Amino acid sequence: MPIVVKRPRLTLAEKCYFPALLKGLRITLGHAIRILRRKKKVTMQYPEVKWDDNLPEHYRGAPALVTDEQDRERCVSCQLCEFICPPRAITIVPEEIPPGDEWQKVEKRPESFEIDMIRCIYCGMCEEVCPEQAIFLRKDYAITGLSREEMIHDKERLYEIGGKREGLVNKWNELK
Amino acid sequence: MMTSSLAIIELSALLVPAIKIVALVFAVILPMVAYSVWAERRVSAIIQDRVGPNRVGIPFTKIGLAGLGQPISDGVKFLLKEDFTPGHVNKLYFWLAPALTMVPAILTCAVLPFGSELFGEKMVIADLNVGPLFIFAIASLSVYGIVLAGWASNSKYPFLGGIRSTSQMISYEISLGLSLVPVLLIFGELNLSEIVEEQSKNGWLLLPLWGEGAIWNGGWDRFFLFFPALLAFIIFTTSIFAETNRLPFDLPECETELVAGYHTEYSSMKFALFFLGEYAAMIIGSGLIVTLFLGGWSLPFGWDAALMSMAGNPEQVPWWLGVIHISTFLAKVIAFILFFIWVRWTLPRFRYDQLMKLGWVVFFELALLNIFITAGIIILTRP
Amino acid sequence: MSVLFYIFSAVMLVFGLMVVLNRNPVSSALSLVVSFLGLAALFITLNAYFIGVIQVLVYTGAVMVLFIFIIMLLDIKKEQRRDLNYVAMGGGIIVVLALISQLAILLGDFVPGNQQLATLPEGSAVHQDVKLVGEAVFTDFNFHLQLLGILLLVATVGVVVLSRRQGRADRSQQ
Repeated sequence: MPIVVKRPRLTLAEKCYFPALLKGLRITLGHAIRILRRKKKVTMQYPEVKWDDNLPEHYRGAPALVTDEQDRERCVSCQLCEFICPPRAITIVPEEIPPGDEWQKVEKRPESFEIDMIRCIYCGMCEEVCPEQAIFLRKDYAITGLSREEMIHDKERLYEIGGKREGLVNKWNELK
Repeated sequence: MMTSSLAIIELSALLVPAIKIVALVFAVILPMVAYSVWAERRVSAIIQDRVGPNRVGIPFTKIGLAGLGQPISDGVKFLLKEDFTPGHVNKLYFWLAPALTMVPAILTCAVLPFGSELFGEKMVIADLNVGPLFIFAIASLSVYGIVLAGWASNSKYPFLGGIRSTSQMISYEISLGLSLVPVLLIFGELNLSEIVEEQSKNGWLLLPLWGEGAIWNGGWDRFFLFFPALLAFIIFTTSIFAETNRLPFDLPECETELVAGYHTEYSSMKFALFFLGEYAAMIIGSGLIVTLFLGGWSLPFGWDAALMSMAGNPEQVPWWLGVIHISTFLAKVIAFILFFIWVRWTLPRFRYDQLMKLGWVVFFELALLNIFITAGIIILTRP
Repeated sequence: MSVLFYIFSAVMLVFGLMVVLNRNPVSSALSLVVSFLGLAALFITLNAYFIGVIQVLVYTGAVMVLFIFIIMLLDIKKEQRRDLNYVAMGGGIIVVLALISQLAILLGDFVPGNQQLATLPEGSAVHQDVKLVGEAVFTDFNFHLQLLGILLLVATVGVVVLSRRQGRADRSQQ
């Protein structure tokens, strides 16, 4: 059943465009004047002014590794994140913790842990899947570099971004 | 001795126009073209609640100058981009077309009086007796560039754009020419500088409030002629919009349906020439409207005569008044360009049949009628 | 001034030849445009600004645009492949030769006079060509003007009638 839309009957004023044109010009002029008098502020001057303070708690920025209260690496290189990562950005080389180490009972730790930030899509699956709560998405979003090598975050860099996190974090918090 | 003095005279006769041409084209029109692109971007941004290009200033410093460096960097970018010629085009005409759009646009400024006098020299490159006709003649050549671009690109969208543009320009040239006839009837003159002179003395065509044009000084004819003049102004301005392919009549370009129309296949500086040619045409169009309807370089309310008598009515226009006149003209033209930009970012595009109907059914008839009305008023009010 | 005369005549003649010699119809039409521009420039060197400008406005700006508009829609490759029409070529050459010989005979008899042309004062005929043309057309030749107007009107009405009949035939076919 086709729907018949009735063409509206235009008055003479509407037919000769001009009142509508003038109305349109008035609207745009109003916007221009409001902007010029700085009554309205819409655009932010990005590199100088940033929105960082208003980022929400659940913001998904660059993924990073964290240490616990005792400065122990939380990561036990179970490689779940490596498997779950959709763009395969994570590369982990596991290593056995040598006997005599303080944390020998943990058994494994990453020898190297690399995230290719060119590949990373900031989906947060690594954070979701981590059984040890060792990897978190932080609020850093401006990840830049001059070469591909620079864009690969190694373990040192990841801990530098991640820092120390104390206590178990409730991952299933509503905000997360 | 005799020959050398003759040579000097010859040289100065060549030199003065050359200086005027170079000064007008390279120091006024081309920078104005570049900066009207900048103005277009800034004004559109302001209208749409944005900021627009506001960063490029002096290179290697933090001085922004509100983005005034943008046109220069744009130009450099255009020059440095790859100049790509597709394999399927007709090379000769593909290269010729951009030049053919830019050249007529700049040629037309030859007859525009952009100032009164400076050091006794009339501020117009060629003081022709057939000024408006010359402008129409040269402007009608600019369609070749677009047609050739569309044809030589040998591809669908440019071709459609070229065809649209041809029919649009031919249609609107008629109402453009006819709407001008009342103006010429009122002044009884085809020389643009004398038209401006007359407006300076006896009131602008759209503001007859001083001199013999004012109603209290017996300017009844000018009072009644104001209404046909206003109609002519509206038709003329709208037709200039159509001639320069500006919104709301930019159907030859029409990004959404024709993928930018006739310059789809162009890149680098060749594209820039199309782009700048359009803006140059817009500047000349504004200049023509200002000259014919809004008094050209003259100041309103008879201040020209007042300033002349303040200077003690010398033979020549004093240099400071000449400078004032030139800046008045430029100010009016800039105001009109801003109007062009304002309209562009306000109105939606016309449909093609609406455009043709407006040109042939409405404006053509109105312009014809306007000629008769004007002629009637002139016969009745001028003894 | 005479240098300009030779330059513009050369432009006219060369591009006039190109109109005939080009195999590509678009090139021919554009050569004609340039030829017209040369002609307009010649008028302007004779101080006949009005005629020169009208030449550009009417012929190059309007008539030739329409020509090119139509030619653009042709199949250029087919046009270029078309065989030469030798009969037409021969006829054309004969006509041109006849014209040239006639001109040669006429100009051979021409004896240049030795009278100096008077220098016209400012504001005289040369500076008012528009006015003079207008006066001539609207007073002495008013009848011819009206006649031409009627002729054009007939042509316009004829085109409208013909195209409408065509349209009706198309509709009845459907």
